[in-house]
Amino acid sequence: MFKNPEELKYTKTHEWVKEEDGLYVVGLTDFAQDALGDIVFVNLPSVGDPVTAGEAFSDVESVKAVSDVFSPVTGVVAEVNEAIVDDPASVNSDCYGSWLIKVADVTGTEELLDAKAYEEVCANEA
Amino acid sequence: MELKTPLYDAHVKLGGRIVPFAGYLLPVQYEGVIAEHMAVREKAGLFDVSHMGEITFKGKGALASLNHLLTNDFTNMPLGKVRYAVMCYEDGGTVDDLLVYKFGEEDYYIVVNASNRHKDFEHMKKNILPDTEIEDISDSVAQVALQGPKARDIMLKLMKEEDIPEKYYTAKRDVDIAGMNCLISYTGYTGEAGYEIYTANENAEKLWNTILEAGEEFGLIPCGLGARDTLRLEASMPLYGHEMDETITPLETGLDFGVKMNKEEFIGKKAMEEKGEPKICRVGLRIIDKGVLREHQDVYVGDEKIGHTSSGTFSPLLKTSIAMALIDKKYADIGTVVEVDVRGRRLKAEVVEMPFYSRKR
Repeated sequence: MFKNPEELKYTKTHEWVKEEDGLYVVGLTDFAQDALGDIVFVNLPSVGDPVTAGEAFSDVESVKAVSDVFSPVTGVVAEVNEAIVDDPASVNSDCYGSWLIKVADVTGTEELLDAKAYEEVCANEA
Repeated sequence: MELKTPLYDAHVKLGGRIVPFAGYLLPVQYEGVIAEHMAVREKAGLFDVSHMGEITFKGKGALASLNHLLTNDFTNMPLGKVRYAVMCYEDGGTVDDLLVYKFGEEDYYIVVNASNRHKDFEHMKKNILPDTEIEDISDSVAQVALQGPKARDIMLKLMKEEDIPEKYYTAKRDVDIAGMNCLISYTGYTGEAGYEIYTANENAEKLWNTILEAGEEFGLIPCGLGARDTLRLEASMPLYGHEMDETITPLETGLDFGVKMNKEEFIGKKAMEEKGEPKICRVGLRIIDKGVLREHQDVYVGDEKIGHTSSGTFSPLLKTSIAMALIDKKYADIGTVVEVDVRGRRLKAEVVEMPFYSRKR
């Protein structure tokens, strides 16, 4: 029911992560964007901010709710996606293209799931 | 255990996302809150509001009982009229807010909030005057709300023109829609023109589908509780448990229009007189910084806490965050800049005129 691309890794708290040129790209999964509904505001950290695996680094507001976004990895924010600050709805329409942050100097990660294991997490919560 | 309205299966069939609300399982959204919100502002939306409570007042004492129980004045109320009122405790705190429909000199129909229904009925039973028969008929009544600029066009397809209530806050009973006996009022909770339609439970699904079908050519879509909340907030309509509760008098939350202090007597009047001019009031806030205001957030001017938000959201129409807040009256001037504690961040907001939105008439 939810799209979970095979090439990505996932957290139990509904973030996706992918390693790309030494950086860890982080975003919200299809399940997360669907659960939130219309996203209207994304509060991102700044470049250079430290993030810790399992801890909140951002909050995302939809019309009806606010939700924390947890970092899958420990490291330092190298890039933030300014485009989604101006167009938060793109997280709804293209959650795997609309990344939130890229993290450098990664020293540790959360328990990361493959697409199949993550699908089970979604099935249990749906 | 959550109850199902008679439209539960219809919501599931239409792909509504079901959540528990006020003891009922209801759809929070179908397509999405923003799409549903804008449909009501621009075309039309259909809501299941069967969870609302209905209580009848009958008998020679009905009028006197209503005047005793409620803040508004029902003396000389014309037949077929609908009137807003608040029900208070002796100390002036709010039991509930409600609508009173008058169909006869001894025949009134009261619509109350779902979550307060049992509490309301107990309070009424305890305080009614002699010769008043009251009955809670909520469990046999289904209610849908058809709201939006196209609502009247849709109604015209379904019934005779003379059966449609013509004026805002009027109602007609025993109206036929596709063979179903309905009560229709020109009322709503969205800030748009629209109708609330009551019928027996067994008609609910047929009524729902009949209206949806008739409205298709006008862009009518089913709407959930999410849009109901954003629409009423843009229209600055208060909601029990947010803008009012047992600790807040109707005068403190700006409902003066429904409180007739010149009426001889009603429950709560004395306490409100003794309290005098309210020290707090309800204001509209519009965010200046980036973020979304939510309910129950503290409001500050400098280091002084001056009140709290009672409801807050992202306004799909204004495309920014708005809130209602109950604050110290001395900071209530339009244009006053306040700060709201949004999950540990102080965000600037401005006191603005309410309603945030009002339709062109």
